[in-house]
Amino acid sequence: MVRHWRAGAAGLAVLGLTLTACGGAKVGDGSSAGSKSSGGKCGTFNLAVNPWVGYEADAAVVAYVAQHDLGCTVDKKDLKEEIAWQGFGTGEVDAILENWGHDDLKKKYITEQKTAVDAGSTGNKGVIGWFVPPWLAKAHPDITDWRNLNKYASHFRTSESGGKGQLLDGDPSYVTNDAALVKNLKLNFKVVYAGSETALIQAYRTAEKNKQWVIGYFYEPQWFLSEVPLVKVDLPKYTTGCDADAAKIACDYPVYDLNKIVSSRFARSGSPAYKLVKNFHWTNDDQNTVAKYIAQDKMSPDAAAKKWVEANRDKVEAWLK
Amino acid sequence: MTVALDKTAPLAGARRLSRRMVVAAILVVWLVLFAVFRGRQTLTLAAADLTGLHRWFNDVNDTIGANRNTNPLFLYFFNEIRLVIDNLVGFVQHLISQPTGARPVPQIGWLGVVGLAGYVSWAVANWRVALLAVAGFAFFGLQGLWQESMDTLSLTVSAVLVALLFALPLGVWAGLSDRFNRIVTPLLDFMQTMPTFVYLAPLTLFFLIGPASATIATLIYAAPPAIRITAHAIRSVPESTVEAADSLGATRRQTLLKVLLPMSRRTVVMGVNQTIMAALAMVTIAALIDAPGLGKTVVQALQSLDVGTAFNAGLAIVVMAIVLDRVTTAASGREEAARRSGSRFLTWRRPLLAVGAVGTAILVYLSHTYVWAAEFPGDGGTGSSIASAADTATTWAQDHLSGITNTARDIITNGLLNPFQSLLTDSPWWLVGAALVALGAVLGGRFAAVTAAVCVGLLVGTGVWSDSMTTLASTVVATVLVMVLGVVFGVWMGRSVLVDRVLRPTLDAAQVMPPFVYLVPFLALFGATRFTAIVAAVVYAAPVAMKIIADGVRAVPETTVEAATSAGCNTWQIITKVQLPMSRSALTLATNQGLIYVLSMVVVGGLVGAGALGYDVVAGFSQGELYGKGLAAGLAIVLLGVMFDRITQAAARRTGA
Repeated sequence: MVRHWRAGAAGLAVLGLTLTACGGAKVGDGSSAGSKSSGGKCGTFNLAVNPWVGYEADAAVVAYVAQHDLGCTVDKKDLKEEIAWQGFGTGEVDAILENWGHDDLKKKYITEQKTAVDAGSTGNKGVIGWFVPPWLAKAHPDITDWRNLNKYASHFRTSESGGKGQLLDGDPSYVTNDAALVKNLKLNFKVVYAGSETALIQAYRTAEKNKQWVIGYFYEPQWFLSEVPLVKVDLPKYTTGCDADAAKIACDYPVYDLNKIVSSRFARSGSPAYKLVKNFHWTNDDQNTVAKYIAQDKMSPDAAAKKWVEANRDKVEAWLK
Repeated sequence: MTVALDKTAPLAGARRLSRRMVVAAILVVWLVLFAVFRGRQTLTLAAADLTGLHRWFNDVNDTIGANRNTNPLFLYFFNEIRLVIDNLVGFVQHLISQPTGARPVPQIGWLGVVGLAGYVSWAVANWRVALLAVAGFAFFGLQGLWQESMDTLSLTVSAVLVALLFALPLGVWAGLSDRFNRIVTPLLDFMQTMPTFVYLAPLTLFFLIGPASATIATLIYAAPPAIRITAHAIRSVPESTVEAADSLGATRRQTLLKVLLPMSRRTVVMGVNQTIMAALAMVTIAALIDAPGLGKTVVQALQSLDVGTAFNAGLAIVVMAIVLDRVTTAASGREEAARRSGSRFLTWRRPLLAVGAVGTAILVYLSHTYVWAAEFPGDGGTGSSIASAADTATTWAQDHLSGITNTARDIITNGLLNPFQSLLTDSPWWLVGAALVALGAVLGGRFAAVTAAVCVGLLVGTGVWSDSMTTLASTVVATVLVMVLGVVFGVWMGRSVLVDRVLRPTLDAAQVMPPFVYLVPFLALFGATRFTAIVAAVVYAAPVAMKIIADGVRAVPETTVEAATSAGCNTWQIITKVQLPMSRSALTLATNQGLIYVLSMVVVGGLVGAGALGYDVVAGFSQGELYGKGLAAGLAIVLLGVMFDRITQAAARRTGA
């Protein structure tokens, strides 16, 4: 038996030696680091990535340019908005690229704690409102006027809405005035909280496919609109100050000028990445293109960014000036 | 929350019957008063409204955030903890998942990790699970998820190590001291039922964004099982053994080290096993604060509703859980198994272990040195076929089943959920409270009634009473469905070893597959409704109930069943007259655990249309202004959990005694 085990050990050793002998490429052999931070000035750039595809498109393009044109080491951090803002104070986050309003956070971190500063518009316009699937807008064109909603309320009944029409609200990340709107516009509807963007998108997708009646809260820019072009319902026009008293709101949501927020430390650092973030500016169509690459063509964010940057070199150059 | 009940008592017929009458009487009185007082004093609170308590929570949170950089507690305490944990995780990551410095790959490549996994599994358990470990780890590479899996493994291993470092001593202490046990139990209940979403954001304030926060979030949830089970193990060492040691003159320390610990080793390893499973359950949630690994893949894929990719990553989590579960389970029983297999193997064990160690060392060396052994070859083609198969399957189900599923949803919602919910939410709060206390008293006795009263009082105090009642209605309906499935499948599994063997891996998968993965198809089938949330909860909670009931049925003595068979009972009679009554304590335990598991899915339910407490918690996580309300909703979930746990446990003790 002892002989067996000796033989086994010898066998293993031989096997090991053989493998080592004809091992192939060694780690560190040919991997002459191509993308070393050549500029050296930029250093590490901590970019928050909030969890929606449109933001991911912004982040992918900015990160790609920062990496390849400025030689930064980009550290992308997947965070919810609240936590990303918190990160400004602790130095864990340098920039947020697509901010939707968030007046409470602006007050807390820009005005009070002074850990963050506004870095200007991204050029994207954020539209929030009530949307219906395209088949419905086509079959009943007058549904896009809020005054006609009560006429159709019974069609929107579901197991959740207690006899009234259902108004589906989605992602709890955004402020909604929908409960107040329903009350003040005297609509025979009940707000039902879907609870996530995933739930909303799936609801619209099923509704368009099976010709079901759905009305809910949605927004653009959003990649899903290039799959199913939802139609916006007109609420009473937004005028400045009409949303001052939350309980009495009876008008549409304002158009949000989406902007960038950076940490005050980052703004003072003189990093080339800060200049890039400050100059970053594009259109809803640009963002939708990249978001479509990611969400529908299933490209990796980096590959999607590469494709867009190569096709739009002129825009990128303007950011780098 | 582990109810350890051993023996069932014969039926105490008369008393049970009268108890049933009392319960029925309470319900009738409730219904009558409901008809009278309907819609009054229901304590409803609209989605955007806050109470004073909620605002106060907000203020506390803001104050902590504002003083973070000057407070000495942060500078010298939390920052130090963070540094230690960050370094630990960083070390493991550089070892197996992340490149270090100039090195483009981690120190140990895939071949070394696979070799190590196989060797360690073989050394602590047996060669069968070692094969499973090797196959499982190789599968991650084939899926194209090698690095993500290793990141998840690093985080899990670190969290489990830190958790055990504290949990085992605390568990031993809780096992030895009744007083400490009484103090620590409510704390553990709190850690296990408080939804993670509530403390995720504050954690990043304390420990910053990064591995430390993710590890701590994980271990808060994962440590309690190890503490509970260790305490239970120490407690179940027979009194007489300890007395024998005492009479031989052993000191306290000797008794602990030579008697209590060795004798409870097997159970303690089961505690470790449960801690690992709980840690893996946190993978996707930790991804929300930038924890690296498979969770990120799942969360990102779902932003574009990419079910296939999410499923592929979810499957890797399932495989990792099954491998770790089987290895630790086999490790807990290894010594007995080895002894039974005879001495010939034992004499050869040591030299064989040495040979294995040398072989593993060679593999590790190779994977450190050569590219082919460092980076997993291939392009993860298996992963994309799994993803597209999952996509095809979901699309088919969505296209062909939605008619049936909508009918099922409408029947249960209109027939069961809506009436029950309106009974709970439209009754005045004091009526529901009184009914709960009365039910607690009848089912669980005086102590349970007092607990119920305290919980009801605190629930009113949280300001989310009405939402709590909505959630309670869905929770109870889900628990009823869980128990129906649990009894049907549990009995089937308990009666047939073959069925058990076939079903068990599926049950394991349902328990560890991140719920985020199956939410999208469920949404397509049932829409954004309370029913979707109920189905998700049932998928998660039913396996536990099935397993517990199967074990209970199997524990019914063979001779009893044989006696019944020879007395001429048919299968149906054996099940209903012998096996189910005799496993009544298992049924109670299954109800208890089923309910707790359903409650732990409340937040997930909030993401798919359940509204109420789950939505409050999610909204509190997403919006600063609602943080306080989210915290209050989290507390309400804990209170519901504690109330039901105490009532069912007391009821179990009564039926058992």
